[in-house]
Amino acid sequence: MKEQLALLPAYLTAHLQLSLVALLIGATLSIPMGVWATRRKALAQVILGVAGVIQTIPSLALLALMVPALAFLGLLTASTLGFEVRSIGYLPALIALTLYSMLPILQTTVAGIQGVDRSLIEAAQGVGMTDRQRLVRVELPLALPVIVAGIRTATVWVIGTATLSTPVGATSLGNYIFSGLQTRNFAAVLVGSVAAAVLAIVVDQIARSLELGVRERRRPRVVLAGGALAALYLFTAGSFAWERTRAAGPEVVIGSKTFTEQYILSELIAGQVEREAGLRARALQSLGSTVLFDALRSGEIDVYVDYSGTIWATIMKRAGPPGSRQSVLAEVEAFLRGEHGILVAAALGFENRYALAMREEHARRLALTTLSDLAPLSASLEIGGDYEFFVRPEWTALRAAYGFAFRKERSMDSSLMYQAVAAGEVDVISAFSTDGRIAAFELRLLEDDRSVVPPYDALVLVGPRAAREHPEVVRALQGLEGILDERAMQRLNRAVDSEGRAPREVAHALLERLN
Amino acid sequence: MIQLEHLAKTYGSTLAVDDLSLRVAAGELVVLLGASGCGKTTTLKMVNRLVEPSAGRVCIRGRDAAELQPALLRRRIGYCFQQIGLFPHMTAAENVAITPRLLDWDEPRVQGRVDELMELVELEPASYRERFPHELSGGQQQRVGIARALAAEPEVLLMDEPFGSLDPPTRDRLQRRFQTIRAELNITTLFVTHDMVEALLLGDRIAVLDRGRLAQIGTPGELLRAPADEVVAGLMETPRRQAEQVEALLRDARGHKGSGEEQ
Repeated sequence: MKEQLALLPAYLTAHLQLSLVALLIGATLSIPMGVWATRRKALAQVILGVAGVIQTIPSLALLALMVPALAFLGLLTASTLGFEVRSIGYLPALIALTLYSMLPILQTTVAGIQGVDRSLIEAAQGVGMTDRQRLVRVELPLALPVIVAGIRTATVWVIGTATLSTPVGATSLGNYIFSGLQTRNFAAVLVGSVAAAVLAIVVDQIARSLELGVRERRRPRVVLAGGALAALYLFTAGSFAWERTRAAGPEVVIGSKTFTEQYILSELIAGQVEREAGLRARALQSLGSTVLFDALRSGEIDVYVDYSGTIWATIMKRAGPPGSRQSVLAEVEAFLRGEHGILVAAALGFENRYALAMREEHARRLALTTLSDLAPLSASLEIGGDYEFFVRPEWTALRAAYGFAFRKERSMDSSLMYQAVAAGEVDVISAFSTDGRIAAFELRLLEDDRSVVPPYDALVLVGPRAAREHPEVVRALQGLEGILDERAMQRLNRAVDSEGRAPREVAHALLERLN
Repeated sequence: MIQLEHLAKTYGSTLAVDDLSLRVAAGELVVLLGASGCGKTTTLKMVNRLVEPSAGRVCIRGRDAAELQPALLRRRIGYCFQQIGLFPHMTAAENVAITPRLLDWDEPRVQGRVDELMELVELEPASYRERFPHELSGGQQQRVGIARALAAEPEVLLMDEPFGSLDPPTRDRLQRRFQTIRAELNITTLFVTHDMVEALLLGDRIAVLDRGRLAQIGTPGELLRAPADEVVAGLMETPRRQAEQVEALLRDARGHKGSGEEQ
């Protein structure tokens, strides 16, 4: 709990940077748009319609969609205007959250202004106000309580939804929740959720208090609430400025996917870079796995760990029998260097294969040791897989080679998969061979006796820019060649998943032992 | 002062006001009288361009109202209507001060004028200035409304059933107060009502409108003596009959009182 709370200032600040700026931009855009819409009825339908459609996109999907959208925009600006747009991190999260904040503010602005009594409009015209004076002196003040209600709704939504910006690479209180769920650290999940909820309540109450104070002309209240809001924004602005001054000098950014092993490895690599190359390094965790490769290619992250089979199947789009571990590694290495300028600095020494797993006791009862044994029984069994598994080429290949036809295929979060098979809710899962929970839950990995699934050597990949500009980083990472076998990796994972140790701590302990 | 020339307004295919011409002399109060839907409010609103005429024109002090920007025109014309339309987020004083402030009067002059007007409508400035509309009775609200209409020293006042929603005693008190104010300020007024008694009591002249057309214009006496058509005659019939009944009752009451005293 203590080590979780130590992360709070950084995560909370990042959360404020995202949500307060998104709300400010959202309100700054929505209120004039709402006013404009009340002046043109046809426009109101269009604006509210578009905002409504955006709102129906699930927030996680909206955030994820910003990444390819910005990557595409980045290609355009790079070729026409000569600058690149960052497609992961703060910007996509900010844009998505801003879009998300707009509907309630737009709706209430339109409703608030349209709700002003006809006789007051006539009075405003009668006393000689111009359209603008009528808006500023009569319509907006009278619509204010309604507009503020919309801003408050947006505040709660945005602060809540900002926790989902972790997978697109923006730090937030969601980092607690994503990594906590993956590493079974419920203290982290709790800290993240409670902090986000408290923040939402506090900002909401400040907005309410400010609006009441203005409406009832209670100066002390306005000063207090306005001061609190101003202080939050000043703090946020200050934190941006501070980051800017601190960001002097190069920094190596290490990406990670959303599972325990990746958290540990990203910390391991960050530690190795700092020790051996003397550069500052930062782990950017819980990124979506499709985001990572593109981010590495474009230089938004510098290093991450991927697996030879994943690249072979999903990026090189190779099908058919993969061949030996060495030949796949050689092919992948040549492909990455040749096509993308990405360097394989080291193979860590272990494989993290996709492997089908069952409860030891269940497998023994059915006398199953290989996938060929499993195939004839599959019609009576249920299989669970992580979100990606059933659309991955490995699954297609497995099904084709062994003729699997399971009674039911169920997608679930990878952190729940192991529990599901242990509890007998599914019979087979798509396990990762290094997962600490294989031992913890007494699972048996079934052997891929026809060698359909490619080898999954864990490879430390260095992006083209870092490879060019920081040979010392490449040299430092070459020192990680072959340091972990499958058992060692399982132990590290278990230390985090079952013993509740922090990925960073586990990684640093390992580095100590290496040196 | 106010001159309506062949004024007309059509909404789609309906003719709300049809070729209406009339003059209001400086300091005069002309009542536009008629049943609802006769076009009297539409006519009034064409004077300050809350409604734009379909044909004809309005001249104020010889100048075509269409040549001025509507907002600037309206700052020179007081406007007072049945719904009152006080701004709920402003105090009584702020409501009264609106038009002077739009005209960029300096602040001491604005404040002086607010006090002067609140006294004129008999609302003690010290206790009423800072009240919000919801803290005032209906009659007090309309007095603020009248003060607001008069605030910028307009040449012309437009009143659309200003006392229509008030209870009879309040209405009576405000009507009498208004007559004093009008006499004091000598302001040119166009006054819309469907209440015949109010028209007879307040109007220097009465213009009777019937389905968008001017049926007759004249002093209350002329209208009572020589109604031009059946519509006017019908309108005049009600107040005449009511007055006669009231008079009989009064006579009766005086008779009883007199006989009582003799004993």
